[in-house]
Amino acid sequence: MIAIKQIAKKYKGADQYSVSDLDLFIEAKEIFGLLGPNGAGKTTLISMLCALIQPTSGTFTIDGLTYKKHKNQLKQSIGIVPQEYALYPSLTAFENLTYFGSMYGLKGKSLAEKINRHLEYLGLLQFAHKKIETFSGGMKRRINLIASILHEPKVLFLDEPTVGVDVQSKNVIIEFLKALNKNGTTIVYTSHHLNEAESFCSKVAIIDHGQLVIEGDPKTLIAQQEGAHNLEDVFLSITGKALRDHA
Amino acid sequence: MHKLWASTYKEFLLLSRDIGGIAILFVMPLVLIVTITLIQDSTFKTVSDTKIPILIVDKDQGSVSQTIFEGLHNSNSFEVITKPNESDARDLVFAGNYQLAIVIPENLSRDLEIKVDQNVQRIIDKFALEEDIETDSNEVVKSIEAKEVKLYFDPAAQLSFKSSVKNGIDKMISQIETQSIYKAFQEQISDDPSEVIFETDKFIAFKEIMPVKDNKEIIPNSVQHNVPAWTLFAIFFIIVPLSINIVKEKSQGTFVRLRTNPVSYATVLGGKTVLYLIVCLIQFVLMLLVGVYFLPAIGLPQLEVSGKLPLLFTVAFFAGLAAIGLGLLLGTIAKTQEQSAPFGATFVVILAAVGGVWVPVFIMPKFMQILSNISPMNWGLNAFYDVFLRNGSFLDILPEISLLLLFFILTIGFAIIYNEKKNAV
Repeated sequence: MIAIKQIAKKYKGADQYSVSDLDLFIEAKEIFGLLGPNGAGKTTLISMLCALIQPTSGTFTIDGLTYKKHKNQLKQSIGIVPQEYALYPSLTAFENLTYFGSMYGLKGKSLAEKINRHLEYLGLLQFAHKKIETFSGGMKRRINLIASILHEPKVLFLDEPTVGVDVQSKNVIIEFLKALNKNGTTIVYTSHHLNEAESFCSKVAIIDHGQLVIEGDPKTLIAQQEGAHNLEDVFLSITGKALRDHA
Repeated sequence: MHKLWASTYKEFLLLSRDIGGIAILFVMPLVLIVTITLIQDSTFKTVSDTKIPILIVDKDQGSVSQTIFEGLHNSNSFEVITKPNESDARDLVFAGNYQLAIVIPENLSRDLEIKVDQNVQRIIDKFALEEDIETDSNEVVKSIEAKEVKLYFDPAAQLSFKSSVKNGIDKMISQIETQSIYKAFQEQISDDPSEVIFETDKFIAFKEIMPVKDNKEIIPNSVQHNVPAWTLFAIFFIIVPLSINIVKEKSQGTFVRLRTNPVSYATVLGGKTVLYLIVCLIQFVLMLLVGVYFLPAIGLPQLEVSGKLPLLFTVAFFAGLAAIGLGLLLGTIAKTQEQSAPFGATFVVILAAVGGVWVPVFIMPKFMQILSNISPMNWGLNAFYDVFLRNGSFLDILPEISLLLLFFILTIGFAIIYNEKKNAV
């Protein structure tokens, strides 16, 4: 589904590569977790896959498509839930979703019905006509998610979709993503919540210093790592306990 | 097309939710037009209610100072206050309490009369008999020193004010000299002071011919000049909110989402162009309404638009496009609101200055005149003046509106190319 070959990214003026000669293959209908400490290169990798930044070198295909040859087709096939709330604060939830749905060519009654169905699933129907600026962080995260899946993408990229939300919102989001995956959507997501990733992902990859360190299904990785009881133990033993502050 | 419509509607919703922004977009240009027209109206009027107080130190106390007093009084522009002491008058002016002090030197009237008499006598002598010249040449001609009328200006006084005052006083003195010469000749030629030999009335007069439309003269006034100039200024100010709108999308993250959507940057900009062009045209309508109905109600001349509306809207449409193109380019390049807002505002002021909104282009230095030719504000202003003041037709404004359209295409083109290059994948 997603085939990444020797992809690398070095930002202008940076001393080191953020992502360095990374190879990865993500199967269709998988829930794939990209894990790693701060500055490991997770967001950079997702940004390259979503055509937000250009790789310094390397190639990738999504469902056999490349941005150079099939730009609009590829954009129609993917959805991205960015880390920030990519919504217009002075518009209502419904207006935001109608606008972003329209950008995928959706319109009319079918779009409205789709929006209402998702709002209902995520417990936001009664807030459909309230402005986003009045929403809590958890509510904004859920609207952010709906805005990315209205066009029913084959692959959904999520950059820390549950950061800063309460347990209830997190639970609803995870359930919603599981339902999407059940319907055939491949999910690629980054997170710092290792417990969440352990239970949610069918496969994870740990990235550090821009390189792929280990990949596999969470249970196998835990079993292979001596003395590890959970994914967090695996993570710490691989990436170490040193702080990763950077500016 | 559906994406363009959706983008336009989204822009409409965003703008309609910002009541403060709407007020600024529509009310401030009206306040600007009324304020500037009120201020500049006096310069277009022949009789002004406002009089500038000035000081006069009259050391002459003669006919010349009397004529200067009368000239200043008749100009209706000045309130003349006499001061006995030159140093007091100078201090008051240099302290900024008065704009001007005129010091008329001692014995100016007497010495002018003597000087003129001497010159006239010399001319008469040239025509007289040889023996008379012999006799006269023995007389001692009294030497008269040149006189200076001193002018003290407030250092903060505008150059245009200084220059018009200097010209006015110079003209008055020239008239006094001419009158004195006529008088001296009269006295030399005739013994009868009541006999009229010279006609001293003005022989040459000016007549200004105005453009005529439907047998009606188009008379320029402060409103005909100010409304188009400041309307254009307001239309170009659209670049500030427009560039902020784009920068905001980048900082909110919505632009990131749009970049992942199958929608072109041209469509995104197209939605903004349509909405903000409508805003520009509404601004224009409001400003015309103010010119036609409100300004006369506060004692200013009425804006004359009859028969010109289609051409005026054509100019406003293309001027709006040019302004929007610039705003979209600025918003695309700027990274923060701190970059776009001050730059946009200052750049509009520079464009207005270069375009001739404040100072006519013909009095600018040569280099600035050349620069003015590449200012979209200058093209718009010329097109508006063609319609408002020169009675121009569509063909007359065609070059200017073509340039405005070209400017829009170029700025939009640059914005799209810049965005593509910056975000190329």
